[in-house]
Amino acid sequence: MAADDLWVLGISMTKFGKHPDKDMVDLASEAVLGALADGGVTMADMGVIGAGSLMAASAGIGQQLQKQLGQTGVPVYNVANACATGATALRVAMLAIKAGEADMGLAFGVEKLAGAGLLTGGNRKDDSGVFTPSGRFGAVAPVDGRIGTEIMPGVFAQIGMEYGHRHGGTSFELFARISEKNHAHSTLNPLAAYSKRMTLEEIMGDFMVAYPNTRPMCSANCDGAAAAVVVSGAKLATLSAEQRRRAVKISASVLTTDPWEESCQILPDVNTLTRNAASLAYEQAGIGPDDLDLVELHDCFATAELVHYDNLMLCDQGGAVDFFNSGATWRDGSMPVNVSGGLESKGHPIGATGIANVWEVATHLRGEAGPRQIEGAKVGLTHVIGLGSACGVHILEKSAA
Amino acid sequence: MANQIPLVDYLVLGDLPHLVANECTSCGARFFDRRNACANCGLTGFAKVEIPTDGEVRAFTIVAFAAPGVPTPYVAAMVDCGGTSVRATLINVPADPEHVSLGMQVRLTTQVVGTDDEGTEAIGFGFEPKEG
Repeated sequence: MAADDLWVLGISMTKFGKHPDKDMVDLASEAVLGALADGGVTMADMGVIGAGSLMAASAGIGQQLQKQLGQTGVPVYNVANACATGATALRVAMLAIKAGEADMGLAFGVEKLAGAGLLTGGNRKDDSGVFTPSGRFGAVAPVDGRIGTEIMPGVFAQIGMEYGHRHGGTSFELFARISEKNHAHSTLNPLAAYSKRMTLEEIMGDFMVAYPNTRPMCSANCDGAAAAVVVSGAKLATLSAEQRRRAVKISASVLTTDPWEESCQILPDVNTLTRNAASLAYEQAGIGPDDLDLVELHDCFATAELVHYDNLMLCDQGGAVDFFNSGATWRDGSMPVNVSGGLESKGHPIGATGIANVWEVATHLRGEAGPRQIEGAKVGLTHVIGLGSACGVHILEKSAA
Repeated sequence: MANQIPLVDYLVLGDLPHLVANECTSCGARFFDRRNACANCGLTGFAKVEIPTDGEVRAFTIVAFAAPGVPTPYVAAMVDCGGTSVRATLINVPADPEHVSLGMQVRLTTQVVGTDDEGTEAIGFGFEPKEG
C-alpha cells in the first residue's frame, strides 16, 4: 500500500428510520463508536474530525459529540453542504490527512428528519400591507407556485422530465419501475427505514407529490447517522494484519460544484457537475465504469436516479432508459445500483447519506453484506448530490491484502 | 383601473407584457436576478434584453403537495423562449398529464395574483398553450 493512499479503516451506520428516543448526539455517538470499534481504534487516535449535519453544523455538532465521546482537543470542522454534507465531512478528514496534519481522522454525518415533510418551498400567507419589491427578483409576494416550483420533488421531477425531453422513452411508469427496484432491494437491508416490498401498482397508486413522483418515489425523510475512520497508507502499514485486511481503499474522492450552463439558474443542472465528478474520479482511480461491481447513487427521487445512470457514465450517453429497461441496475444485473434500497427506501437523513453509501459499498467489498452481498465485489462507486449544488463521488476498492 | 405592480421586477407590464433579462455584455449569459457579476465569465457589465414571449416546454411537473397556503395542483415548468430558459407556471391549462406535454408550444400571459391594502394589484406571469 502506497504511503499516500487513503483508506477506510472503520465504518458504521445506525439503522435509518424513526428514533424518537435518541437525539442527534445519541445517533452520531452510536455511529462513531461503531466505526471506532470496527477499525480497532479509539477517539484518542483521531487527529481530525469532520462533522456533517445540515441542521446542526452551526450548532457545533462535532464538539457536542466530543463532549460525550472524548474531548481530545483535535480540530473539528462542522460542515453543511446540502445533501453532499456527509461526503464533504469525509473529504475534510481526508484532506487533513493528505495535508499531513493527521494520519488518522474521523468523519460522521447525522440528521433527524423523521416526519419533516417538504424541506423547501415557502408558506404563503394572505397579502397584506403594501406591495414592496424585495430580494434579488424584486418580488412583491411569494413566488413558489406562482413562478414554477421550489419544492424538491417538483425540481427533481423536472430534471427527469427534461432528460425525457432530450432523449425520449420516459414515462410515469418507467420512473415508478426505478422506485420498484429500490424498494425491492431494501427488503434485504435490515438498516433501511422502509424494507417492505412495494408493487408497481402500489407505487403508481400512492399519494402524488409532484408528477411523476409519488410518495414512495421520493427520498424518505428519516433519522440516522453514519461514521467512518480514515487512515493514511503509511499509518495503516503499522497496524495489524486484520485491520489491513478489512481496510477499504479510497481510490478516488472528488467534490465538484455546478459550472455555469445556460439554464442552470432556472432548473438546477445536476448533470454537468456529476459528469465532471465522475470523470475526475475514474481518472484518479485509473478505472472505468465497466470495472464497477456496484454503485450507490443519489436517488433522492426516482426521476433523479435515471439521469445519474447517464451522468456517471454507467450507460451510453442518452441511453439511460434502455439501460434501466435491460435490467442492468437490479441487484442481479450487470451493474447493480442502490442495492441498499437507496434514498427512496433505505432513507435519507441528509448529513448521514454521503457516509452511509460508503458504508454500503465498503461492506460489500469486505464480503460482509450478508443476504444482500454482491458476490465477488471488488470495486464500487458512491455518489451524492446536494442542490446548490455540490456533488461528491468516491470510488472504493477491496483491500489487496 | 387599479394600480398594478409586477410580481417580479423582470416582468414588464403594458400592452405587450414580456420578460427582460440582464445579459452579460461580455459573454452573453442571461440572468433574471439582480447581479453582482456574471456567473459565467466574472465580468460586471450587463444590458437589459427582451425575452421572446413564445416558448417550448422543456420540462414540467404537476405539483400536488405544496407548502401551506400554496394552491394545488399547479404545473411548474422550464420553458425555452428562443434559447433563453425561463422558470414559470403553466396556466389556462388543466393540471393533468393528459393536457400538458413535453415540447408543448406556449406563450406568455399575465394574471392578477394578489391585491394589497391600497388596492394595488400584483401581476404575475405564466405560460399558456398556443392554439392549434
